[in-house]
Amino acid sequence: MPKDSGIGASSKRREDVRFLTGTGNYTDDINLNGQAYVHFLRSDVAHGRLTSVDTSAAEAMPGVLRVFTGADFAQVGGLPCGWQVTDRHGQPMQEPAHPVLAQDKVRHVGDPIAAVVAETREQARDAAEAIVPEIEDLPAVVDMKAALEEGAPKVHDDLDSNLCYDWGFVEENRDAVAEAIETAAHVTRLELVNNRLVANAMEPRVAVGDYSRATGESTLYTTSQNPHVIRLLMGAFVLGIPEHKLRVVSPDVGGGFGSKIFHYAEEAFCTFAAKALNRPVKWTATRAEAFLSDAQGRDHVTTIELALDADNNFTAIRTETHANMGAYLSTFAPSVPTWLHGTLMAGNYRTPLIYVNVKAVFTNTVPVDAYRGAGRPEATYQLERVIDKAARELGVDPIALRRQNFVTEFPYETPVAVAYDTGDYNATMDKLEEIADFDGFAARRAESEAKGLLRGRGVNCYIEACGIAPSNLVGQLGARAGLYESATVRVNATGGITVMTGSHSHGQGHETSFAQVVADMIGIDADMVEIEHGDTANTPMGMGTYGSRSIAVGGSAMVRAAEKVIAKAKKIAAHLMEASEDDIELKDGQFSVAGTDKSVAWGDVTLAAYVPHNYPLDEIEPGLEETAFYDPANFTYPAGAYACEVEVDPETGKVTIDRFAATDDFGNVINPMIVSGQVHGGLAQGIGQALLENTVYDESGQLLSASYMDYAMPRADDMPFFAVDHSCQTPCTHNPLGVKGCGEAGAIGSPPTVVNAVVDALQRGGHDVTHIDMPLTPARVWQAMQG
Amino acid sequence: MPQVSMTVNGKPASGEVEGRTLLVEFLRENLGLTGTHVGCDTSQCGACVVHVDGQDVKACTMFAAEAEGAEVTTIEGLAEADGTLHPLQQAFQDHHGLQCGFCTPGMVMTGVALLDRNPTPSEAEIRDYLEGNICRCTGYHNIVKAIMAASGQDVSKIAAE
Ligand code: FES
Ligand code: FES
Repeated sequence: MPKDSGIGASSKRREDVRFLTGTGNYTDDINLNGQAYVHFLRSDVAHGRLTSVDTSAAEAMPGVLRVFTGADFAQVGGLPCGWQVTDRHGQPMQEPAHPVLAQDKVRHVGDPIAAVVAETREQARDAAEAIVPEIEDLPAVVDMKAALEEGAPKVHDDLDSNLCYDWGFVEENRDAVAEAIETAAHVTRLELVNNRLVANAMEPRVAVGDYSRATGESTLYTTSQNPHVIRLLMGAFVLGIPEHKLRVVSPDVGGGFGSKIFHYAEEAFCTFAAKALNRPVKWTATRAEAFLSDAQGRDHVTTIELALDADNNFTAIRTETHANMGAYLSTFAPSVPTWLHGTLMAGNYRTPLIYVNVKAVFTNTVPVDAYRGAGRPEATYQLERVIDKAARELGVDPIALRRQNFVTEFPYETPVAVAYDTGDYNATMDKLEEIADFDGFAARRAESEAKGLLRGRGVNCYIEACGIAPSNLVGQLGARAGLYESATVRVNATGGITVMTGSHSHGQGHETSFAQVVADMIGIDADMVEIEHGDTANTPMGMGTYGSRSIAVGGSAMVRAAEKVIAKAKKIAAHLMEASEDDIELKDGQFSVAGTDKSVAWGDVTLAAYVPHNYPLDEIEPGLEETAFYDPANFTYPAGAYACEVEVDPETGKVTIDRFAATDDFGNVINPMIVSGQVHGGLAQGIGQALLENTVYDESGQLLSASYMDYAMPRADDMPFFAVDHSCQTPCTHNPLGVKGCGEAGAIGSPPTVVNAVVDALQRGGHDVTHIDMPLTPARVWQAMQG
Repeated sequence: MPQVSMTVNGKPASGEVEGRTLLVEFLRENLGLTGTHVGCDTSQCGACVVHVDGQDVKACTMFAAEAEGAEVTTIEGLAEADGTLHPLQQAFQDHHGLQCGFCTPGMVMTGVALLDRNPTPSEAEIRDYLEGNICRCTGYHNIVKAIMAASGQDVSKIAAE
């Protein structure tokens, strides 16, 4: 029986009513008294020396309050990078400065050069057109391998080269892996591209800066997934504002997918300009600006080799990747191709020897950073593609080959530094075979054939490391932050509860699912629990939402705080009932004394806490409010198996997804409806990557795919209904809810599933195609079919 | 600056606008009806869909001045005065047809227009009609399901919660 409330119930979302009636409060809906507007003049060349910026004509335009250039920011810190990677030789990565407004050079199309603040948005835009920057064009580097050649133009003159780092992992295994590959019975090799994507949250980024001369306080309203992180980075490293004088608010945020984790120049600008002008300053990105300024995702070029013994056991994996950083290091960029990628190269399999080499490269393109999955999709894609290719080369069933090599005993220490606590990969595969209706495939294939279409099936497994992350571990790996989460559980006198969480919801439904957890722990109605997030003024220092961490880390912090509340409430209840604290039980919102019929209600205890007339004041303080910070002991390891059936039209190369099934083991699930929705969205993004989306620069560094006319977003008619299942549950062993996180799985597991299916369809159709790079557009598929 | 007047959600509304002011800007900025969203600058995403004289229209693709004298309905005008949700709004909540909510006003206004025209659309007809509306969060699964449910079709066989 499905539950109708608490943990495990598909409770309807309470946030929906405001979104469905147009009464949400997104950042662009915020308009402050006396607000001025900023428009950024952005570079239209990818690489050039900025010799001067003439702002005189713009300054004289109507409504203009001030024009800012790089000179105004010469004394201000640059945008910091939050992760330092150490290279194969023990040297720190090359870390260039990232000014708020360009200083001496422009380094990608879209790099901000100047900013006009004016009374209206139109006036700011008009005046920006009157600014005359002098830019001496320099040759641009766009291709990563060309960027590393001797004598290539340097993106940053003060660095040795365009190589950010050359990372080896595990470096000590390098020779052993080489030897295992040389002596293997079989080696499958694959070169592939993980195409560059743009996150494209439907809400473009917005920043509104405000300043009070009376109090000396700055406030920034911004479309962020992690307002506290922005406060710390911007306050401490860019503008020099202490936290107690800086408030950052991220109200309703219209999707993030990683792109709203990072600290962006526009946030610092609006905060700075609001103080300089003593006026609120607002910036709303156009979609074109989003394409030119939101950190982009993926963009790896990889060669992977999989070695197998004569019995088809995996013996070694070696992978070499070039990872594009773009023109500057975005906040967490260095961690994505390294610690979020190399550590996942074992996948769901026992492979004793693994070596990962990553060269991170600067180019004259928009910076690249985490996008839904971040590193884990890149790891999964190459691994699952090479396994599929190996199965074909060896003439074995791709599912059987996977099953044969599955990790089956837990905990399992991989050769790439992580330890999987729990899982059951055969169970998710069994479930997949059932919900994907493998038995009906032959009949469906015959039907497709009768229509002149090629049908294929692709299967794929994935594992990811979520619940990011144990602070001491990531500290050793180069993170310049801790990755705990926080929560305050504030019980009010009449029993209602307000939870202030450091997690941030931008579509995930925390206001509903977090409330289910607390209500379940106490045994009260979820309507008695309110979840607040997104405002540094009323939430404890938290690290925000990304890396599928909210329920696993933020939820755990909330559970810990609620446990403290319950422990104190039991003391109060014991006093009220003149019983021993150890005998108090809490169930369905009633405290009772074990073995008696004595009880007091939740509301009686909360009232006593705030009206402490009959209260153990010599033992405990009045009030009922507790805060907890939770630092995870390990990552969590969601895993699953996906299957996709495609039809390929041999006349046109067009691929249609006919069926898609996903079985995920997320451990325990709080709200199955929300979890399924997260999977659906991830699947659509992964299918978009596989079939449609691509970020294309020409050789001069112009972004050719800078609008929805050129960047193919997945639309309703590109998608099938999905069959999803998360009933295979091996609860996480090290967090109190036994949860693993579900936000990224769909985007990680689906791209290789689709590509495997298309290759299968072509092979069954008699075409000797072993690989096609994403996106599998009709043109690419048709070309591959022509040999 | 020229003056425009129209009826918005049943009430008279007027204001001064520049010739280049878009209907969506007039709604959001002059009238404070911020439920209608802007997700793109090329008329592709549908976050801005409202009804003008009963037609679903992208409010970013129409000048405010062009709506002179028109009857405009925005997402704020869809529920009943006592707060009871329109059946399609309710179906979106019941079937989890929204996550971040940013595309939602446009999706709902588009869906209502579809159902006005075609009271029991097939899955394919719904997907086709939503061609001009992008959602990045839901994968469309539950949006399509919600529209089918609101039209009285049995969606219990469609996979997932
Ligand atoms: S804002 Fe109107 S279609 Fe995108
Ligand atoms: S719900 Fe977020 S874009 Fe559709």
